[in-house]
Amino acid sequence: MARAAVSGGLSPRLVWRAARLVEFRDETPSARTLVFDVPDWPGHLPGQHVDVRLTAEDGYSTERSYSIATPADGTRVALTVQLVEDGEVSPYLIETLSVGDVIELRGPVGGWFVWRSADPAPVLLIGGGSGIVPLMAMIRARRAAGSKALFRLIYSSRTPEDRYYADELRTRARDDFGLDVSYVYTRKTPEGWPLPPRRLGVADVNNGGWPPDFQPACFVCGPTGFVEAVADILIALGHDARRVKTERFGPSGT
Amino acid sequence: MGGIVSPGFRGRRGPEGGEVTLPPGQYLTEDFPVLTAGPTLRVPTDTWEFVIVTEAGEKHRWDWKQLMALPSERPTVDLHCVTKWSKLHTDWQGVSLDVLFEGVDTAADYALVHSYGGYTTNLPFEDLRNGQAWIVYRFDGEDLTPEHGGPARLLVPHLYLWKSAKWVRGITLSDEDTPGFWESAGYHDYGDPWREQRYQGD
Ligand SMILES: Cc1cc2nc3c(=O)[nH]c(=O)nc-3n(C[C@H](O)[C@H](O)[C@H](O)COP(=O)(O)OP(=O)(O)OC[C@H]3O[C@@H](n4cnc5c(N)ncnc54)[C@H](O)[C@@H]3O)c2cc1C
Repeated sequence: MARAAVSGGLSPRLVWRAARLVEFRDETPSARTLVFDVPDWPGHLPGQHVDVRLTAEDGYSTERSYSIATPADGTRVALTVQLVEDGEVSPYLIETLSVGDVIELRGPVGGWFVWRSADPAPVLLIGGGSGIVPLMAMIRARRAAGSKALFRLIYSSRTPEDRYYADELRTRARDDFGLDVSYVYTRKTPEGWPLPPRRLGVADVNNGGWPPDFQPACFVCGPTGFVEAVADILIALGHDARRVKTERFGPSGT
Repeated sequence: MGGIVSPGFRGRRGPEGGEVTLPPGQYLTEDFPVLTAGPTLRVPTDTWEFVIVTEAGEKHRWDWKQLMALPSERPTVDLHCVTKWSKLHTDWQGVSLDVLFEGVDTAADYALVHSYGGYTTNLPFEDLRNGQAWIVYRFDGEDLTPEHGGPARLLVPHLYLWKSAKWVRGITLSDEDTPGFWESAGYHDYGDPWREQRYQGD
């Protein structure tokens, strides 16, 4: 019974569901948002992910996890997938899958890395690369739910062109009252940027984040090395380890 | 259930030459990815302790020096993570739980494993015995790094890797099964990769 109370919207049994691609949008030259229609989708919380399963003609199949990019919206489930060169699954999802095609997914998965719109605590989101995806779901959910929780996002990407949701984030930083967004570039900065390209450091977290006294809920997501570094910075700055939730997407190397 | 076929999807099957059999839904990696719900913990060995508590409340305690003095084994095992990667033939060094349970008087059915930082995971007690589980402190001949659970972690390779608690601190034996951290968050109570027991109900 205690289990049901903390399961964060997980259905008791996660069945594989047929998901039909209804729409896609290129976010960057190497990342695509895929919007699926999933009949009987049970809904999800921002931060949760799905498991995607691909099956070959001879029955061979493999699975990968992808964060959900949008808050619950009926039968729609949106993912944003970064192309991993030589990857087994991501090139198929980005280059082969067309509108009308059906794949399998199940979820929602993960009752821990989630933000609940009833929680009034300030929120600090720190994303690297595709790690922005579940954080964007939280930002979108905040507005959709009319939450007044104060949000700050620090978003690290290689170059300005590598940013996902760039226009939307610009608009939201202007219109979503109580949302601040700051950027870090690791390879190339925009024209006139005051700093050279570099990895996210203590100063960025200090300036773009919340003081530990505010007891913000911290969500850190991205490649393993990025998450390790950022979580260590948060702890060093005095944030309570129990308020730092992390999601590691895979190999390090930003 | 047979999956829906994705036209044009071939997939990558194991390394060329040899066919490897992996648990369903898993793929092979040469990296050693990290799955942790929060920041990496740094646990110093001078205050480290490992405590077994029986269902009668009896405590058995080891400090780091005592652990190091126990006979160790060097198991080579395959790892299967619920986030889908599998890594084969990994090389560990540590103390078999059979050694630690030698003088422990218990008839308990369940074990709840505790870590520094508050992480917990549950298993049937029998899955920790008979050469199936170790407290390991070296990986690939090197001291275990904090990212991978150092100074010492549990290793139970026949179950999904979240059962192999990092930064392990103790085991509480009980007649009742108490779900741990991920088990309370919707993951499977037992977690057998070969039966693909990822989530509740699998
Ligand atoms: C909980 C969770 C949520 C995730 N959410 C997202 C998401 O929203 N968007 C997204 O794009 N990905 C996400 N991922 C990563 C995703 O599951 C896959 O790992 C990724 O798409 C690569 O799969 P692949 O089959 O294309 O590559 P693989 O065939 O698995 O790997 C090919 C090569 O690329 C390397 N590699 C694998 N993954 C990565 C990576 N993430 N970065 C860099 N190199 C890599 C491998 O080490 C290997 O050498 C998530 C992972 C987890 C665990």
